[in-house]
Amino acid sequence: MSGQLCAVVGVGQTKYSSTRGDVSIAGLCREAAGRALEDAGMTWRDIDAVVIGKAPDMFEGVMMPELYLADALGAAGKPMLRVHTAGSVGGSTALVAASLVQGGIHQRVLTVAFEKQSESDAMWALSRPMPFAPPTLAGAGGYFAPLIRSYIRRSGAPDHIGIMVGVKDRQNALRNPYAHLQIEDISFEKVAESPMLWDPIRYLETCPSSDGACAMVLVDEPTAGRSPDPAWIVGTAMRSEPTMFAGRDAVNPRAGRDCAADLYAQAGITDPRGQIDCAEIYVPFSWYEPMWMENLGFAAEGEGWKMTDSGATAFDGDLPVNPSGGVLSSNPIGASGMIRFAEAALQVRGKAGEHQVAGAGQALGHAYGGGSQFFAMWIVRAQKP
Amino acid sequence: MTEAGPDPNEPVRSIRAPVHLEYHFMPGRASSRFLRGVEQGRLLGQRCPQCAKVYVPPRGACAACGVPTDEEVEVADRGTVTTFCVVNVPFHGQKIKLPYVSATILLDGADIGLFHLLQEVDAEKVHMGMRVEAVWAPPEQRKPTLESILHFRPSGEPDADYETYKDHV
Repeated sequence: MSGQLCAVVGVGQTKYSSTRGDVSIAGLCREAAGRALEDAGMTWRDIDAVVIGKAPDMFEGVMMPELYLADALGAAGKPMLRVHTAGSVGGSTALVAASLVQGGIHQRVLTVAFEKQSESDAMWALSRPMPFAPPTLAGAGGYFAPLIRSYIRRSGAPDHIGIMVGVKDRQNALRNPYAHLQIEDISFEKVAESPMLWDPIRYLETCPSSDGACAMVLVDEPTAGRSPDPAWIVGTAMRSEPTMFAGRDAVNPRAGRDCAADLYAQAGITDPRGQIDCAEIYVPFSWYEPMWMENLGFAAEGEGWKMTDSGATAFDGDLPVNPSGGVLSSNPIGASGMIRFAEAALQVRGKAGEHQVAGAGQALGHAYGGGSQFFAMWIVRAQKP
Repeated sequence: MTEAGPDPNEPVRSIRAPVHLEYHFMPGRASSRFLRGVEQGRLLGQRCPQCAKVYVPPRGACAACGVPTDEEVEVADRGTVTTFCVVNVPFHGQKIKLPYVSATILLDGADIGLFHLLQEVDAEKVHMGMRVEAVWAPPEQRKPTLESILHFRPSGEPDADYETYKDHV
């Protein structure tokens, strides 16, 4: 990996829920940031720069929210940047923050990502008619459902795989007090019998709509040396590709495969499934677990569903995927990618509480966005490289 | 004098501030050719000089090869359903009656799927490989928009063999 060492020494999250009516957007972000600072044993004064991210402004209708958040996030007199890469933004925001430390520009960077879906209408915002085209768009599900159907056809995966992921991630969420969905009686039947929203995607195979924010404190090597439990960043990668071009594989995009290959090379990973202890990946619809298992190189093409089927991705499997409950259990869109990165850090810091994967020494954080065209990933490690 | 007004101690929780956006979209040369063709009931694509793939609608360039696409190619107004979803989610601003089938259609002669509406068939009967044809608006009602194709419907031809479209699934 290029640049100087950088580590996560503080993580803060809000309790994800459908409506946080008691706080403004600024209050929500400040809550997560305050907890991250507390975890890092720092105060607002210790921060050199702030990097924030959220999904499209059209969701809440608040244009350039960073203008008014500068004050709330203690950025007066300090550099502040806002990042935007659609659904992957939480991940790419963390990577921009990390690059400021890796590049030797700053020593201590606060990064925050959020969404307040109760004040927004993401389904509406993602379904605006395209010029000169019929108005068939129907949110993210309307875009991804045909790709899921393609995956099922290509891989020959049985129908129950999507249901299994829907159950597994909600069971994991019961171990995570921050998770939005807490469905005590989650079961295979309950998911299977939930209505088809965007056939082949069922209601309980879909992420919820959440309010929430996530924050991290990223620091340089000397500062991390004073932390009892830093998560060392040993690989970072981002890739993008156009949404539409002839010959594009939108099910298993090249940008994702290239991003993972770059990431693993930086971290010295030659056998991802053997060397990575747990993964927090962006799965907004249940079928994206097996799809990303293949794109990320954990399974051969067409074989990802077998990992789900065999229980390999379950909490007690050989590669626990989304022990926090994942996007399927909490989805404040702009923050969802950062939550994956932060949860990976919590795992290697041994601070994941009830959803701690025993002995997690190396973890993957992953996010994707747009029409599967933006990818952001990192690998964090307990041991200093 | 007024009746008792709002409680002065009640916090103001929200306001409504509607924002109106009006777009003037410039289609550019490649899209203009395509849209003028649609007005005449024709589907005009462009072939990439490098990878030889045909884009419909054309973008004026191939995003894979990074080169301009000048050669115009007319493609059929019928094709194969490569994938689809049945939309059953109501949302604000929706214009089509639920449930509806949003299909990716590989037109005969094209190398990239077209998103359109599939109707005149029960949603549960739609499948990959189904052959479909365009249902055009009457000539006098056609405008420079793909909405001049009202929808696609099954053409009655036998299903396409998976091998013929598997690279587009």
